[in-house]
Amino acid sequence: MSAISASEKVDGFTRKSMRKAQKQRKSQGSSQYRTQSAPVELSPLPQLKDAPSTEQQELFTKKLQQCCMLFDFLDSVMDLKSKEIKRATLNELVDYVSTNRGVLVESTYPEITNMICTNIFRTLPPSDNPDFDPEEDEPTLEASWPHVQLVYEFLLRFLENPDFQPSIAKRHIDQKFVLQLLELFDSEDPRERDFLKTILHRIYGKFLGLRAFIRKQINNIFLRFIYETEHFNGVAELLEILGSIINGFALPLKAEHKQFLMKVLIPLHTAKGLALFHAQLAYCVVQFLEKDPTLTEPVIRGLLKFWPKTCSQKEVMFLGEIEEILDVIEPTQFKKIQEPLFKQISKCVANPHFQVAERALYFWNNEYILSLIEENIDKVLPIMFGSLYRISKEHWNPTIVALVYNVLKTLMEMNCTLFDELTSSYKADRQQEKKKEQERDELWKKLDELRLSNTNLFQNNSRGLPCVQNNNNNNNNNNNSNNDNQDKSAEAAAVATDNKDPEVKDPDVSVAASESTPCAK
Amino acid sequence: IVLNLINYKYSSRVGTSRRHAFLYIYMEQIGSNFHLTLVSKMAGADGDDSLYPIAVLIDELRNEDVQLRLNSIKKLSTIALALGVERTRTELLPFLTDTIYDEDEVLLALAEQLGNFTMLVGGPEYVHCLLPPLESLATVEETVVRDKAVESLRKISQEHSPVDLEVHFEPLVKRLASGDWFTSRTSACGLFSVCYPRVSSTVKAEIRQHFRTLCSDDTPMVRRAAASKLGEFAKVLELDYVKSDIISLFTALASDEQDSVRLLAVEACVSIATLLPQEDLETLVMPTLRQAAEDKSWRVRYMVADKFSELQKAVGPEITKNDLVPAFQNLLKDCEAEVRAAAANKVKEFCENLPEDNREQIIMTHILPCVKELVSDTNQHVKSALASVIMGLSTILGKDNTIEHLLPLFLAQLKDECPEVRLNIISNLDCVNEVIGIRQLSQSLLPAIVELAEDAKWRVRLAIIEYMPLLAGQLGVEFFDEKLNTLCMAWLIDHVYAIREAATCNLMKLVEKFGAEWAQNTIVPKVLGMANDPNYLHRMTTLFCINALSEACGQDITTKQMLPVVLKMSNDQVANVRFNVAKSLQKIGPVLDSNALQTEVKPVLEKLATDTDMDVKYFAQEAISVLALA
Repeated sequence: MSAISASEKVDGFTRKSMRKAQKQRKSQGSSQYRTQSAPVELSPLPQLKDAPSTEQQELFTKKLQQCCMLFDFLDSVMDLKSKEIKRATLNELVDYVSTNRGVLVESTYPEITNMICTNIFRTLPPSDNPDFDPEEDEPTLEASWPHVQLVYEFLLRFLENPDFQPSIAKRHIDQKFVLQLLELFDSEDPRERDFLKTILHRIYGKFLGLRAFIRKQINNIFLRFIYETEHFNGVAELLEILGSIINGFALPLKAEHKQFLMKVLIPLHTAKGLALFHAQLAYCVVQFLEKDPTLTEPVIRGLLKFWPKTCSQKEVMFLGEIEEILDVIEPTQFKKIQEPLFKQISKCVANPHFQVAERALYFWNNEYILSLIEENIDKVLPIMFGSLYRISKEHWNPTIVALVYNVLKTLMEMNCTLFDELTSSYKADRQQEKKKEQERDELWKKLDELRLSNTNLFQNNSRGLPCVQNNNNNNNNNNNSNNDNQDKSAEAAAVATDNKDPEVKDPDVSVAASESTPCAK
Repeated sequence: IVLNLINYKYSSRVGTSRRHAFLYIYMEQIGSNFHLTLVSKMAGADGDDSLYPIAVLIDELRNEDVQLRLNSIKKLSTIALALGVERTRTELLPFLTDTIYDEDEVLLALAEQLGNFTMLVGGPEYVHCLLPPLESLATVEETVVRDKAVESLRKISQEHSPVDLEVHFEPLVKRLASGDWFTSRTSACGLFSVCYPRVSSTVKAEIRQHFRTLCSDDTPMVRRAAASKLGEFAKVLELDYVKSDIISLFTALASDEQDSVRLLAVEACVSIATLLPQEDLETLVMPTLRQAAEDKSWRVRYMVADKFSELQKAVGPEITKNDLVPAFQNLLKDCEAEVRAAAANKVKEFCENLPEDNREQIIMTHILPCVKELVSDTNQHVKSALASVIMGLSTILGKDNTIEHLLPLFLAQLKDECPEVRLNIISNLDCVNEVIGIRQLSQSLLPAIVELAEDAKWRVRLAIIEYMPLLAGQLGVEFFDEKLNTLCMAWLIDHVYAIREAATCNLMKLVEKFGAEWAQNTIVPKVLGMANDPNYLHRMTTLFCINALSEACGQDITTKQMLPVVLKMSNDQVANVRFNVAKSLQKIGPVLDSNALQTEVKPVLEKLATDTDMDVKYFAQEAISVLALA
């Protein structure tokens, strides 16, 4: 729904040119400055430390008010003098609240919060790059950072001041304040998110009345992120805060917290940008399991439900998290989930992507996991054996094959008899499987005929049955290699013939191939 | 036995392991392979068909492979059909209701299937049997599944009788609306409007109350769902309730603390404004709309810009003149590029829909100055959005204004540094053409077009090529030969394949316009000349051109001029050229007479069929069989 939609008609084009534009303007970013009446030029006030103590309070207030003036940082030369005055004043204010005692009297609270709200609360601007990829692209930095940073610094010192009284501040630092603060976590600027993290943590610590509210709002942000927008820059930071919040949960866990684990944290694993916050997420999950081991089964089943099917990178992360969980699992819990879990692990071990296979095989380097496997070898071995045996013969990557041999050896040592049995029945089992597969094919074919004969009666099901047909196709592939040749695009074939014909030494060939790929079939 | 098996399965939510164990026991009992029994059963022509589908379904539904589970769900209707309505209701549906814990993809397929199940459960009389599984599906987390379940529920709601609607459907809506977890409340929002018109007034009052509650729900997800259905709900309400209920909800949602809620209220604004009589708009809607147009969140302003044409139609000409024109100007000058781009996209539609009596004056004094600024905007998306509609203004403003005010803008955009902007202008040349005529257009724009024909971005060149037949048709042969012909030929040796391909296609269209004689004089010699080019890619282009042109040029030219060249190329050193010769011969074969085919084409193809390269052989053989020369 961004401005891009109009230009999306022109495929492929957008991204590159946009990236380019992005590069030129990267550091500029946008500020909260919006059409307000033009800023009045600021005039410097006397230093707080020079003022007599009776007048300090009044001067402090004046300075706070002065800092409510906002400036346009996109225009770097505008109001230079006033910007500098504000910067110096903010610095002085930071210093004042962090070094002096007794400066936070009740009457200053409204002025302080007003200054903070005016400066930091704003609607975040649209991202310069609508398909901003946090893993690849440089973030847009907040242009007004020279001021905003000091305001955040001030807020932090204000909260940490020994004289700070939450009972007075709660009139100002209320739900609305927190809500706006949370929205800012979407900022693209990592420096800003870092400040926000510390600040929110302090607020959570000091304002008991806001705790439930903060948790609920974070909940909402995550749910919106998972199910609606799939975009929020501050997930990692919020999870980091939650990590320490979870750490402090009292036992037994409230239903609310368990619901948060199962309905928010587990589905968070489905996010596209999981890599950006997986470490924090896994930490939260493990924290929960350490608190309450009975959650292990639902958590692992949840992870298995959302197990990535096409993204190897994510699969590696999932495996990492499973290992973290296994590190703290209780043997009784392990028994409950070993079957579904090892079915998945056996698939991972057989994954053609060597990083996935390797990550899964590394489980066998973990002493504790090994002991769990050994205890349950009669259950685990039959599940794992097929994949391992097949991979030991088939995997393309020699490292994996070597690892598999070690694993097989370890497993064999755990239960030699079972291992021998499985080895001898391996072939028969595979044949059995194949037969079953064929029978299923038959069944579906019959069912298909039934459907065809009923089409006149009921027109509703237009879908074919891809999977079964795939199985059949596998056999045909070899016979069809001739047909594949006719699909060769002229261009691709042209490149190939480069070898056939020494005369064709045209630089054009490579240019044509590379530049026109989007069009060639 | 099969039936017991089924009952066992859905009465206890067994996991796959226990299921296998059970199956195993079962198979032992009957002493033969379960599947084999079924297969043999089906093989018998009059076997009891009604028995196996549910067994297959259950087996496949529990299969570890998601794809297999998905397959059986997608064929649910087949299975239901085979089971008959009675067993579908008593066995299949309870089983499905119980299955809802699966992968989202399976659930999505299920939710979709159930929407078309009315006839399969015995028609409208029994349609309420479908409610339990759909109700569960409407509460799952995954949005696509939930949305699909709601869609299906909306669909089958129409098939309920008014009594059933109150007895079965409305209680479901109520349950969802007061669910604990936000998902069910979100789903409920989409169901109010479908049952409201057909229930009694007491139930109506309840529904209104539920909707009101959801509009002030404390989770923003629910408020968003309610806000997005506000317009739809307003449409089915009696006018009095629109004024009393909807307006207050609208005002509240439009000033929600979350901008994601406020922006949805803008959407509702369109429907609400359409429902109200003109005299109420000013007091009931406009304050909120004005506030939205100046909202502090750019997302809300973006939404206003995006819905501007709809809003304009909904509020009518008077309010448009007084309120929307200045609002539109502000949006065109907004500080966020996103908003400006959305507004720029609406320039044409907005101007078109202005009241005709002083349309020109409003455009010239209020809109055009803003448009002029946007032409040199700093953001390329804004410029490209403008470029995609700006040409449309010429029809509204007429010839003189176009030449005086708009042409300079078009020219500026044609020379814009951003290729998308140029592309959008070129793609809309036809509307200007209608107003000022091709002569005028070509005089002022042709130099720019020629320049773009050599643009560094091949997509821009491609867009220009696509306009060539149109331009050529309107400019006439002479003008074309003089100004554009060389360009068209140059594209044939472009270094991007897509351009060469488009250029061949372009030639064909030109020949269709200008006739075979023109082709023979201007194009064919040049094309055939390329057959001797040292670059084999260019030699292949000759073949591609011949493929495209043979039909348009007719038998005479093809046989006399093209065929000899093609045949000669069969001796080319590059295999790709040779197999393209075979392909070309297959293509132009139908245009040739049988004599030429037998005496000239056949020997060459036969020779190619014994080529050392397997691809050449393949295509030669294919050509021989297609042309029936064997």
